[in-house]
Order: sequence, then structure tokens, then C-alpha cells
Amino acid sequence: MPRLRFWLLTAALTISGCGGPYPQSTLHPRSDFGRAVDHLFTDIFWWAAGVFVVVEALLVIALIRFRHREGRPEPRATHGHTVLEIAWTLAPAVILVFVAVPTVRTIFATAGEAPADALRVEVTGHQWWWEYTYPDLGITTANEMHAPLGRVIQVSITSADVIHSFWAPALGGKRDAIPGHVNRIAFRADSVGAYSGQCAEFCGASHANMRLRVLVDADTSFQAWVKTEQGGPAAAPAGSAAERGKAVFSRSACIGCHTIQGVSPGVIGPSLTHVGSRTTIAAGLFPNDSAHLAAWIADAPSLKPGALMTRMKPPLTDADIAALVAYLQSLQ
Amino acid sequence: MSEIRGLRGWLTTTDHKRIGLLYFWTAFAFFLVGGLEALVIRLQLARPEGHVVGAETYNQLFTMHGTTMIFLALMPLGSSFFNYIVPLQIGARDVAFPRLNAFSYWVFLFGGLLLNASWFVGPLFHAGMLNVAPDAGWFGYANLTERQFSPGPNIDFWLLGLQVLGISSLAAGFNFIVTILNLRAPGMKMMRVPTFSWMTLVTNFLIITAFPVITVGLLFLMFDRFFGTHFYVREAGATPILWQHLFWLFGHPEVYILILPAMGIVSEVLPTFARKPLFGYTVVVYSGILIGFMGWGVWSHHMFSVGLGPIADSVFSATSMLIAVPTGVKIFNWIATLWGGDIRGTTALHFAVGFVAMFIIGGLSGVTHASPPADLQQTDSYYVVAHIHYVFFGGTIFGLFAGIYYWWPKMTGRLLDETLGKMHFWLQFVGMNLAFFPMHFIGLLGMPRRVYTYSPDLGVSDLNLVSTIGAFLIALSILIFVVNLWRSRTRGRPAPNDPWGGATLEWSIPSPPPPYNFSVIPTVENRLPRWRTERHGPMKDPPAVPPAPIHMPGGSWWPMVAALGLPLAALALLTHTLWVAFVGAAVLLFGIYRWAFEPFEV
Repeated sequence: MPRLRFWLLTAALTISGCGGPYPQSTLHPRSDFGRAVDHLFTDIFWWAAGVFVVVEALLVIALIRFRHREGRPEPRATHGHTVLEIAWTLAPAVILVFVAVPTVRTIFATAGEAPADALRVEVTGHQWWWEYTYPDLGITTANEMHAPLGRVIQVSITSADVIHSFWAPALGGKRDAIPGHVNRIAFRADSVGAYSGQCAEFCGASHANMRLRVLVDADTSFQAWVKTEQGGPAAAPAGSAAERGKAVFSRSACIGCHTIQGVSPGVIGPSLTHVGSRTTIAAGLFPNDSAHLAAWIADAPSLKPGALMTRMKPPLTDADIAALVAYLQSLQ
Repeated sequence: MSEIRGLRGWLTTTDHKRIGLLYFWTAFAFFLVGGLEALVIRLQLARPEGHVVGAETYNQLFTMHGTTMIFLALMPLGSSFFNYIVPLQIGARDVAFPRLNAFSYWVFLFGGLLLNASWFVGPLFHAGMLNVAPDAGWFGYANLTERQFSPGPNIDFWLLGLQVLGISSLAAGFNFIVTILNLRAPGMKMMRVPTFSWMTLVTNFLIITAFPVITVGLLFLMFDRFFGTHFYVREAGATPILWQHLFWLFGHPEVYILILPAMGIVSEVLPTFARKPLFGYTVVVYSGILIGFMGWGVWSHHMFSVGLGPIADSVFSATSMLIAVPTGVKIFNWIATLWGGDIRGTTALHFAVGFVAMFIIGGLSGVTHASPPADLQQTDSYYVVAHIHYVFFGGTIFGLFAGIYYWWPKMTGRLLDETLGKMHFWLQFVGMNLAFFPMHFIGLLGMPRRVYTYSPDLGVSDLNLVSTIGAFLIALSILIFVVNLWRSRTRGRPAPNDPWGGATLEWSIPSPPPPYNFSVIPTVENRLPRWRTERHGPMKDPPAVPPAPIHMPGGSWWPMVAALGLPLAALALLTHTLWVAFVGAAVLLFGIYRWAFEPFEV
């Protein structure tokens, strides 16, 4: 059955000219949580499709069979029919039982409970980026979450400002990030890959630009990532552009908001200790390359409306920006 | 007596029919404004990374589109029929409180203008044009709406505008409840009341119970923003989730406030054109009442992603699924009404059938997100945008258009053109399915709602383009409708008392009816007074000329004056100027004082 629905959807999408792949699709689950939800949705979808066909067919048949024709006798004035009324009250009620029972079962199965050895990740929504903390590993990073394949991840979600919603569709359903309130989801990813997602609760000017990625790694590469993150920032070689960039960073407003271990303690913006190792910047908006980094440092609000990182006063020179880019890229 | 002519007549009118027309034209104008906002939204989303408008403008557009369509277009279009048709259907000369009715209209107009003024008055607040319109969504979730996160006057316009509009809805709600309960013609027992008037009664009970809830929510927000309270502030130990409960406790009954009148209209139109009484009248009425009650027990299904816990999620899931039962029952009764009939394919019937066909889709997608785990993938995605539009556009708007084509001859004395009408229907039907059906896929493929831009990588670009094309087809269909309305003023065929062979009382009197409606108040002996039944012949229509003089209330300026006090008071808060508040209060009190002591006989 899921197969058939997949083909129906694919057919619909092909007709409309869309090809794959769909990195944010809810219909291509890659975790136990995602599959449980998808399975439930598939069941409900088929009940709904069946009801749709029967009811719309009755409507169309009535319209065709009883359309006005000359000489048709005055219709009989039926006022109702008790047996029929009871039948079509019971029929939807019975169908809904078939929907409700698996629903309740799935609610409890996906309530966010996790075994004691699950990997804990704390997610904090900010306007407009994500902060990830791994309390057991002593890691804090931003926007790109790393998760090991095959191990249960328990995600605790909250917010530092307004309400956001953490959503990585391939890995399961969304949960709201609410200030003063912690929500939990748990999932076990079953394929390696980079899964995109984004904030789903309207949270102000750049809601659309609050994206995220979850990178599911095989165990060895996850361990390697953990090792890098747990280390301090890479040292800039003497005389390099990166070292000049470090000097620019240290004397500029950057330090007020960003953490780079051993350099600055700011916590308003994302930690940059290992920013060079991320694949994207600005909450999943742009690839992490020199051109985008430079544009971002020069004028972040033009790339992300409302961004708190305003233009520097006085503005940085092009040489300063180039040095900063080199420095940030060196922070592997 | 005759009505006061000219502009003064319209400004001072207390005639439910004139007020109904005022509601219609005002709400229709707001409907066009909300539609234009939708077109800009669709232009922006036609391609990924669109640049038609910026983020801030887009956020204002979708906020005002939702707010306008719900509070300024669909609800008051329903009100225009409550006003015009209900007194005629129940055999009354007017509503119970004609001047209160005028007050409701003026408050609605001023509230709508106040909300929309926000587009243009940016410069008064040291901001640009198109800068201070509300921008936190029609649902206005706290704590984004707190002064800390939304410092400008945008949210002030929204919360003040909605409070003003709430007063209009409450006043009208009480008025129609009293009217339907007390002014029915002799012999019209409750179970002889036409379905549309019945659904109006249920709707207005929902209005008077639901609007106080959002008023409380808005008052809290107003106090937070203006007077430093902390109803939704986490740092002070409160929780922003309180707003969501208050908003949806209002918001879900509001869904039924929007859909029940359309269900009522469809329950009038289908029998008339199938030449058969409504199948299961009693069941349809009781299921409407049941929906009204059950609508109060499902609000948290808007909050499944909030994390209320598995028990609450299960309970609200069950109640939400349960409400599909009376809704399904109505649909089966409508189909059974058509079954065995002699169906005349008028434009009104097309729209009524369109309502049934589209509402089925909206209802079924509703069942898919009554299941919390499935909803965790669907909520706040375009899938829900598809659902809400199948319910409000495919449902409410198709129902309202059925009502317009059905009752326009009664309201204006002119028939609308059927050829243009059917062009309108088919374009709108195709347009809406092109616009909204792809949104199911767009949402399931992971595009969240309320985003001004999206990545081409999502693979939803072409689906979005199709949706935009559909939106413009809808716009074209509405244009044809406007032409039809305009044409009918001079070139529409004059309407007889009863162009359709209707069963209810409004068809027994001239089109448009005289100010007093019924020359003689009819005595009602059954549910379908104008149709021949087994036991009764059709009722005799009232005589064309009243046998005795009929005294109707004259016009009054004071409802409008009193209504003017409310936006003035809102202005005081917007501009943080105390003396304006006193002026507003003085105008309101003066208006009420003169109103109260105005001689009834004019």
C-alpha cells in the first residue's frame, strides 16, 4: 500500500513537472519516528481516499441521474429516512475507530521517551538560528546537528526568545520550541545522510530563513566529529591571513556575541569555535564559502532581514573582511 | 411610511435590508482587498527566492490576508445574509433591535478601516508606508506579539482593530438570537424555522460565547503591551501558551461561525433546485447544533506540536474525529436531498454542489490532522494551508456565492446573468483546485507556511507556480462576478416575487421587499409554507398593498455617532495620547445618551 501511494504521488509530481529528490519530504522517512508517523498517515490516507471516492461518486451520480429533464414528474417529497440516518451516522463512526486506535497507539509510541543510553541533544531556538548542546559530550554548536546512525537521539527543545518549531521532516514530526518549556522527541536515524529542515512556527521577520540540517553520520565519522568539536579551535599559523583575521575578530564587536574558545565568550550569536567545519552558514541559508562569508560579515541584515548582526560601525575594510573569512575558515 | 432617500437615508438607516446591503458591499470590498493581498503573496511564491516583496512586507501581507478574509470578509458576508434574509424567512418586519443593528454595522466598518489604515499611516509613526500593518499572523501568537519582540504599532493596530470588531460581532450576535427566538411569525415553531435561520441562530450563539474569550486574550495582550503587565511573559513566570489556549478556544468555534452559515445556505439552495424538501431536516438542524457544542471541545488540535502530553493529545484527537460524524451526516443528507429530485442546474445550485464537493476534501484532510502524530508532520506546513482553503474557500466562499446568486434577486430586484454566473463558477472551481490542491503536496514535501521565500532545492517550485496560476484564475472569476453584479443593476432581468419556486417566506413578498417586508404578517402552518404538501396547499402570499398603515421606525444618527467613539478610543492607545481617550469616551457616551432618549416615533 505505501508503495502504491508513493507511485501515485510520484505520478502527480511528474505530471506537474517536479523531479526528485525532496530533501525535506515527510514522505521519505529516515528514522523510526518518521516511519511510525508515515505509516499512520498512510493508513488514514487510504481511509480518507476511500470515503472521498464513495461520497463524491454518490454526489456525481445524483447530479447526473436526477438532472432536470422535460416531462420528469414532480419529485416525491421525501422528508427523511430513519434507517438511512442511523446508517450514515454509524458508518463514519466505525471508520473513525479504525483511525483512532492506531492514532492513540502511535501517540504513546512517539511521546519522546528514550532509553537511558540515548544520546542527549538540547536544541534552543533563537531568532533566527538554532543552538545545539550535547550535555554529555560538552559540545555546543549551531544550525547543523550531527547524529550517529542507529543510536536513539533524545532531543530536548526549548527557545531563548519567541516560539519556534524544530522540524526535520525525514527524521520525524515537529515539536515547538517554547520559552520556559521543554519538549522532547526521540528518534533513531536509519540511513546516513544530510537531512534538511527548518523552523515551522512563525517567529518574526526571518522565519523563512531559519533553516537547519541534521547530518546523520556512521559511527566512526560521528566519533571523529565529536573529537574535533571537543578540541579547542585550530591555531592560526603565524603571519597567515587567518592570524590577521583573529586580530580583527578580537578587536571588533564580534567578540560581544560569538564564542570562540580561548578568544571570546559571547553567547548571543552562534558559537564559532568550529565554524570552518560546517557546510552552511546563516542557519542553513548559504554554503560555507568565502564569498558568502564575506557578504555575510559585511551586511548580514541584507541577506537575512531583521538579523541582529548589524553592519559594523565603522565598516570593516575589504582587507579586514578577507582576513576574517580566512580566520573563520581556518576554524575547522 | 417610505424610507429617507439619498445619502442621509443610508447613513441613518435602521432597516435590516439596507444594513444587509451595507454589510454586503463593505464586506465585498474587503474581500477584494484580501484577494489582492493573496495575489501578491502568490506572485512572491510563484518562484523560489522571489523578490516581489521583502520579508517584512510579506509578513504583513499574509497577516492581513488572513485577518481581512476572516473578520472583514467572510463573517460580515454571512452577516449580510443574517440581516437581509433572516427577518424575511421568519416573517418579521425587522430585527429585534434595529438601531443596535446599525451600530453593529458602523462598528464593523470603523474597525475594518482602522485595521486597514495601518497600511498607509506608517509616516505618522516615523516609519515608511506599508510598514506598520500587523505582521504576526492572524493567530498573533504570544510572545512574538509582546512589545519586546514587536516594538512598532503593527500589533497595536491588530489587537485594537480586533477588539473593536468583536464589539460589532457581539452586538449583532445578541440581536439575531433575540430576533430569531422572539420575532417568528405566528405558527413558526422552532422546528419550522428554515435551515438557514436555524444555522444563523447556532452561529450567533457561538459568536456571543466565543468572542468574549478572544476579547480576554486581546485585553491581556493590550495590558502587556501598554501597561507593563506580564500575562504572556515567561520571565515573569507566565507562559505564552496561555495565549494559544485562549486564541484557539475562540478560534475553533470561529471555524464553525464561518462554516455554519454556508451550510445553512446550501440547505436552502439544494431543496429549492432539486424540487424536494431537505432530506432529514431534523437531523440536519440537530447536527448543526451538535457541531456548535462539539466545536468547543476540540481547540487543542491546533496545538498538537505544543507538547501537551499524550493524554491531552489523545482526548483532543478523539473529540476532533468525533466532530466529523455530524458533519458527515449533513453531507449525506444533502446528497439524499438531490437523490430523486428534479435538479435545475442554476448557478446557485452549481455553487451549492461545489460547496459539498470541496468541503468533503477539506473535511477529509481535516481528519488526517486530527491524528496528532500525523499532524506533527502537517501542522504549520502548506498541507494545512490547503486544508484551511478547502474549508473556507471551497466551503464558506462557495456557500456564500450560492447565497448571493440565490438571494440577489430578492435583495436588488434584479436577476444575475446565468451564463456569466456559470463562467464564474467553472473558473473559480478550476482555479481553486489549481491553487489549493498542489498545496497538499507542497506541505508534505516539507514547505512550512508563512515563509516569504523558499529554497529551489525543496523541489516544490513548479507546484508553487501551478498554485499561483490557480490564484489568478480565481481572480479572473471574481472579475466576471463583479461584471455580473454591475450589469445586473441596469440590464439584469427584473425579478418577480419568486424567481426560483422557493418554499420559504422571503419568496412570498416583492423583490426587493418594501420597507415593512410583509403587508400582513403571515401565519405559518408547516415547514415549507409555499409548497404543496400532503396536508397543506401552498400558503397565500400577502396582499401587495397593506390593508392598514404600517408604522416603521425612522432613521437615527446616534448608532453611528456612538460607534465612532470606539475607533477614537483605539486611536488614543495607538498614539499614546490620553486626551483622545476622553474624546472617544465622550463621543461614545453622548451617542448612547442621545440614542437612549431618542423618541421612537419619528
